Amino acid sequence: MPAQNEKMKAYWRKNLQTLFVLLLVWFVVSFGFGILLVDQLNEIRLGGFKLGFWFAQQGSIYAFVVLIFVYVARMNSLDREFDVDEE
Amino acid sequence: MEILTWTYLLVGITFAIYIGIAIWSRAGSTKEFYVAGGGVSPLANGMATAADWMSAASFISMAGIISFAGYDGSVYLMGWTGGYVLLALLLAPYLRKFGKFTVPDFVGDRYYSKTAKVVAVICALFISFTYVAGQMRGVGIVFSRYLEVPIEWGVVIGMCIVFFYAVLGGMKGITYTQVAQYCVLIFAYMVPAIFISMQLTGNPIPQLGLGGSVADGTPLLDKLDGVLTELGFAAYTSGRKSITDMFMITLALMVGTAGLPHVIVRFFTVPRVKDARISAGYALVFIAILYTTAPAIAAFGIYNTIDSTSEKSISQLPEWISTWQKTDLIKVDDKNGDGKIQYVADQTANELSIDRDIMVLASPEIAELPNWVVGLVAAGAMAAALSTAAGLLLVISTSVSRDLFKTFKPEISEKKELRIARLAAAGAVLLAGYFGVNPPGFVAQVVAFAFGLAAASFFPVIIMGIFSSRINKEGAISGMITGLVFTIGYIIFFKFISPETNTADNWWFGVSPEGIGSIGMILNFIVCVLVSRFTPAPPQDVQDMVQEIRIPRGAGKAQDH
Repeated sequence: MPAQNEKMKAYWRKNLQTLFVLLLVWFVVSFGFGILLVDQLNEIRLGGFKLGFWFAQQGSIYAFVVLIFVYVARMNSLDREFDVDEE
Repeated sequence: MEILTWTYLLVGITFAIYIGIAIWSRAGSTKEFYVAGGGVSPLANGMATAADWMSAASFISMAGIISFAGYDGSVYLMGWTGGYVLLALLLAPYLRKFGKFTVPDFVGDRYYSKTAKVVAVICALFISFTYVAGQMRGVGIVFSRYLEVPIEWGVVIGMCIVFFYAVLGGMKGITYTQVAQYCVLIFAYMVPAIFISMQLTGNPIPQLGLGGSVADGTPLLDKLDGVLTELGFAAYTSGRKSITDMFMITLALMVGTAGLPHVIVRFFTVPRVKDARISAGYALVFIAILYTTAPAIAAFGIYNTIDSTSEKSISQLPEWISTWQKTDLIKVDDKNGDGKIQYVADQTANELSIDRDIMVLASPEIAELPNWVVGLVAAGAMAAALSTAAGLLLVISTSVSRDLFKTFKPEISEKKELRIARLAAAGAVLLAGYFGVNPPGFVAQVVAFAFGLAAASFFPVIIMGIFSSRINKEGAISGMITGLVFTIGYIIFFKFISPETNTADNWWFGVSPEGIGSIGMILNFIVCVLVSRFTPAPPQDVQDMVQEIRIPRGAGKAQDH
């Protein structure tokens, strides 16, 4: 089934694109903001927090939670679009 | 009522609940024993994963470590939560679609090799045993401190409880017990945190209270920076570790989290691929509640400690300081004899030493909460320790019965397999108990390395197994062995053979033994790809299987085999 194969390839490609974008955000909020750029971000204040410190201790964790839920929503809609869902 | 009475009462009630659940949900088949019958709802699975994941170390020690490490403590916060993103995006859905019971199962099938499977079993057993030995010691310490019995008795009581519901209930019993344990531990953690946050900053939400201001209007964190630098310590919000080391430790903890067999196995218990994705999300929500509260407890704790002791005369100390002095967790020594306490960075002049575990354990007393809250924190700490120990024991018993016995004796009946699984769980409880009573001196250090080993051994071969159909058994086996040998070697050298050289100057590329798992992981990836390139591609049916697990449809069927 070559047509079926093409479709699966497209599904997998979109899946990988999604992963790439989400993992990029994952890297930026934790390793980027929390570690590599922490000193620069600490110049900026968020209420009683220095921004870099906030990302390292709380902000990245909130971002991780959001990332997983975005992933779930995106993959569920991809599954339906390519008709590979479990319903 | 007295604290001890409350402790016995609350701990007794929660244990009765766990045992009741174990009896109600005892496992009848191997499928129920290994994966709870595959019918756990994603929300319940998320809660169980959170309890499974958060050990006595998360509950009691983490806030204390952050108290004294300040910004550097962030490696634990980011590392132990960021791994869930990797789990949810890169592992959980595909392993669920694959539809077997264990990680070595996957490795064995994907790399069409008993050798690969046995290497994976050895990794799983090694990781789980190092981890569980530390947990049992933790269980013993928690029991002895709260129930005021000797540590040995604490370990024995813990062994009996874990034995009862892990051996009887298997994964099904553990899952529902862990749901109850999560509720107990999070409630116990939040109550004192909310009260302290109210007292210090007027904000009932500890996560926001951390950014709030103290009575004189200065933000708490600025105040803390000021006070600590004045006493000769580093500022709370800035780091002492090098950027490279921060980076590598965080990465090792993240990847290690995603590679820990007792966490991965939880995603086999939900009905659908969709559920595996979302249950990692729920798990992280439940974990994040505690992990975003911990930095608040940490900052409040160190602030309160300094504020209530520094330059105070000994007779003015708050009551909780003198209560905890009895346990030796706080030591006061008026070295210069001026009747006042100095808490300073200079060790020769410092007159106050504080065990880091104080920050969570003493939090009810710092906030002057009623005695029942102390009992509650005791019950929460025990829930945290027991749930993790039980999850690990299950991985050990499954590895022995399924990955070893069933691989070499595929004809054994289900009944016999279940009996072997229970026997292995019982054996593992006894062995873990032995290590709890007679801890090899290195247990505490080794627990952190379980992560490095998980990072260096499992993570790359699972990822490559899913995302590349070209990786073959030769690549996987040599990759796993390289990662494992390198990581173990580096750790053993700096921790046991020549601990006096364990300083930043001697580390390779400035990476401490805690972060070396990251390098081990990279080596594993490189060896895996190179060896695969020069050896034959995997057989067609394996390549088809790789294509198959990438598509969610049909997961229901894959589970029955």
